[in-house]
Amino acid sequence: MTSIAKPPVRHPGLQRNALGFTVRDYEGAMSTLCAGCGHDSVTAALVQSFWELSLPPHRAAKMSGIGCSSKTTAYFMKQSHGFNSVHGRMPSVTSGASAANRDLTYIGISGDGDSLSIGLGQLSHAIRRNVRMLYVIDNNGVYGLTKGQFSASADIGSTSKKGEANMQQPIDPVLLALTLGATFVARSFSGDKAQLVPILKAGLSHNGLALIDVISPCVTFNDHEGSTKSYKFTREHEVEISAADFVPLRREITAPDTESDVSVVAMHDGSTVRFRKTADSYDPTDREQAYAHVRACQLRHEVATGLLFIDESGQDMHAMANTVQRPLVDVPFADLCPGNAALQSLMARYR
Amino acid sequence: MSGINDFAFKMATVNGTGSASANSLLMQAIFRMGIPVTGKNIFPSNIQGLPTFYEVRVSKDGYTARPQFVDLVVALNPSTYAKDIATVRPGGYLVYDSSWPLDAELEREGITILGIPFGRMCVDTFVGDRDRTLLRNIVYAGALAALLEIDMDIIGQMLIEKFSKKKKLLESNNTAIRLGYDYAKEHFACPLPFHLEKMDATGDSILIDGNTAAGLGAVYAGATVGAWYPITPSTSLMEAFRMFCERYRVEPETGLHKYCIIQAEDELSAAGIVIGAGWAGARAFTNTSGPGISLMQEFIGLAYYTEIPAVFYDIQRTGPATGMPTRTQQCDLMSLAYASHGDTKHIVLFPCSPEECFYIGTTAFDLAERFQTPVFVASDLDIGMNDWMCKRLVWDDSYQPDRGKVLDAAALEQVKKFSRYLDVDGDGIAARTLPGVHPNGAYFVRGSGHDKHGAYTEDSDAYQEVVDRLTRKFATAATVVPAPEFHLQPNAHVAIVSLGSCHTAVLEAIDRLREQGIVADYMRIKAFPFNSSVREFIDAHDAVFVVEQNRDAQLRSLLAIETGVPRDNMTPVLDYGGMPLTANVVVTAVTNHLANHFAQVPA
Repeated sequence: MTSIAKPPVRHPGLQRNALGFTVRDYEGAMSTLCAGCGHDSVTAALVQSFWELSLPPHRAAKMSGIGCSSKTTAYFMKQSHGFNSVHGRMPSVTSGASAANRDLTYIGISGDGDSLSIGLGQLSHAIRRNVRMLYVIDNNGVYGLTKGQFSASADIGSTSKKGEANMQQPIDPVLLALTLGATFVARSFSGDKAQLVPILKAGLSHNGLALIDVISPCVTFNDHEGSTKSYKFTREHEVEISAADFVPLRREITAPDTESDVSVVAMHDGSTVRFRKTADSYDPTDREQAYAHVRACQLRHEVATGLLFIDESGQDMHAMANTVQRPLVDVPFADLCPGNAALQSLMARYR
Repeated sequence: MSGINDFAFKMATVNGTGSASANSLLMQAIFRMGIPVTGKNIFPSNIQGLPTFYEVRVSKDGYTARPQFVDLVVALNPSTYAKDIATVRPGGYLVYDSSWPLDAELEREGITILGIPFGRMCVDTFVGDRDRTLLRNIVYAGALAALLEIDMDIIGQMLIEKFSKKKKLLESNNTAIRLGYDYAKEHFACPLPFHLEKMDATGDSILIDGNTAAGLGAVYAGATVGAWYPITPSTSLMEAFRMFCERYRVEPETGLHKYCIIQAEDELSAAGIVIGAGWAGARAFTNTSGPGISLMQEFIGLAYYTEIPAVFYDIQRTGPATGMPTRTQQCDLMSLAYASHGDTKHIVLFPCSPEECFYIGTTAFDLAERFQTPVFVASDLDIGMNDWMCKRLVWDDSYQPDRGKVLDAAALEQVKKFSRYLDVDGDGIAARTLPGVHPNGAYFVRGSGHDKHGAYTEDSDAYQEVVDRLTRKFATAATVVPAPEFHLQPNAHVAIVSLGSCHTAVLEAIDRLREQGIVADYMRIKAFPFNSSVREFIDAHDAVFVVEQNRDAQLRSLLAIETGVPRDNMTPVLDYGGMPLTANVVVTAVTNHLANHFAQVPA
């Protein structure tokens, strides 16, 4: 998870979750990303979320494409199956895996190159299909592995390390997702674990595709003065417009939901997301308002963060396809093959 | 020459005017008369307004290849009159719509021209443009029934079956049939010298197209996930899969589906969905055509290198580029065999008929899972979209899918450290695990360089160890894939090698060559990689002809590359204009080659 190899020592006092796992049990291989990379902080937040939710690692599948972000699936939950596929195509592979086995928890990790350039079509159609998955975009505005080219999320005027300014319109995954009808849209910052962890947990409980755009600065190629995806710029311009707490089903709710500054959204699995009121009396269940608000922030050069939109009433891919509850991989062959008697009666139609 | 139950006729119409149902009515009626029959739909890449043709061949001897000549043309499209008239054999017949005069320039010596006022009769009898246009087709079907002596009772019965719930349509169709029938009876000497007589040669057969049969085969093979992007001529395969799933795979109590069909945003995504589903443990497939295969290349390499089962049906059409989307070819052989960048080789199956498209379902999915690799079914437009006469399909209820080496929870309980790409059995096939089954089975699939444990590597030896094992796996596959089919004769002079939809034309050609004193052995290739008998057959013959439907002799190239037989030892016989192969192409090529060859021998 970090760029330093840790000794395999387990502190006896480490807290254990409902499955008896410590947080270290949710870690993965040593990160090979640059020291200080925002993506490693996202990984740490993921590890924390999985541990807090007591997610059984072998029931989760880590899906990714190609790029720095996509490498991070190796850095958490080493007891999970992982699939590092091809550039920009993680959404289709996840769609297929989910079609075959709907019971696994799918965690897709992508980046701004992987999802907003080469994979823009796949992202868009996975949203339309509403595949039940956590879809994290580690967004740093730059291609890291090929050393510093602008990505499609780079803001106009943001400069590269060599000083060249981006002239093209950025693609904002949050606005895109809202437009395409996504039912869970959030933005966070890799440097704000306190905000990110509840959003990730809520996303894992969402009945559909949960898109989380995480501003995750690239310390090597995009953390300089003039970049709008640097730690400094993001810290100075981040505006939390929606503050969410996630309450899993199994935890006792201590604060009454009748608090005047809290609104509650019930997730399909019985857990809840509690929104603390923010200054603008923002309503995260109103798609039009969410879009307008994020757009207004953007025009003020502010980075709107928080769980920006949620709709638990949407139909996911399986609901739309009307598939059986049992994963298709578990349907026995005898239930799939109609047999010779059926074939013989069918043959009459071809006479 | 043509005679009783041995002739061909062709309808030349305009697409989008409803001629397809009249044509299939005619063909099915002949089939129900017990006479072997085949139909080729030569249609444009268009919805309405362009020339379209339907060729029906009747053959008491059971030949089902496309005929070289037609005996009778029903010409209802003035824009193609000149060409249509030219395709009638000398002594044949032309039926045209005499509501309008035939241009004198089009008249031809040596054929008989029969004018029937289809248009005027329809205007006089039916109301409204739509009925007048659609029913004109049924009127010509009626005229053909008289000219060719098609059993009117059978036609009447078929109309009842078709329109049992639409009484008005039944009435108008019956009227239309009678109009044509009576007109022909009254004005011409019916039947024509070549016509139909009842036989008993189709009792054990069906009429079915390859895409329908392949979709049905995928249901029977236990496929649960189908992903695709619409493309001619493969679309009807997934439509058939859906139709049969709706029939056989819906839980009666809940109405829920035991299948998931995803119409993807493009072929790349379709391939990704299939690979994701295969990785998760489902039998998954996609159906596409050449352009789709081009788009899927990257994913195919991923599945090959990460060893994930997936089945790809390629219904080949005429390339390159958009090419002629409604014309047939066998032009993807090379691109399937070696699809994707890097060193890749794939299992490719070559069905020769709709019947084989059904049975190949279990073969394809079994091979894909057993060898944990993409498997291609190389069908084509001729097989996929035309109705062929085939043996009635049967299913062996004792069939159980070959899931290959998959470690279940009990097996994984015993495993200390799972290594995904370890060749334990020496056959090149490593055991795999499915996600969600057991913590001990977890591993990381990566398209990047990996060692036998599945771990990332940039080490030369560790990398080579894995790709060398893939070579061994492929060698094992060569011993397991369907062996060629041999048709051998005593004292054969020459050998023919072919595959896929060429089969029926080659069989007919072999009979005709024998009549000319040329005895030919024949090997039909059923799969790639080639097993050892392929080379043995070629080596055993001096003159070898490789018959295929592409310009560049792709099968011959594959044979040369993979068996080591020198390329020039095999004579290519190529037909790539987009039409189904005729026996005549093969006969002419072989006889010409032999004549030239012997001419060069000094006296």
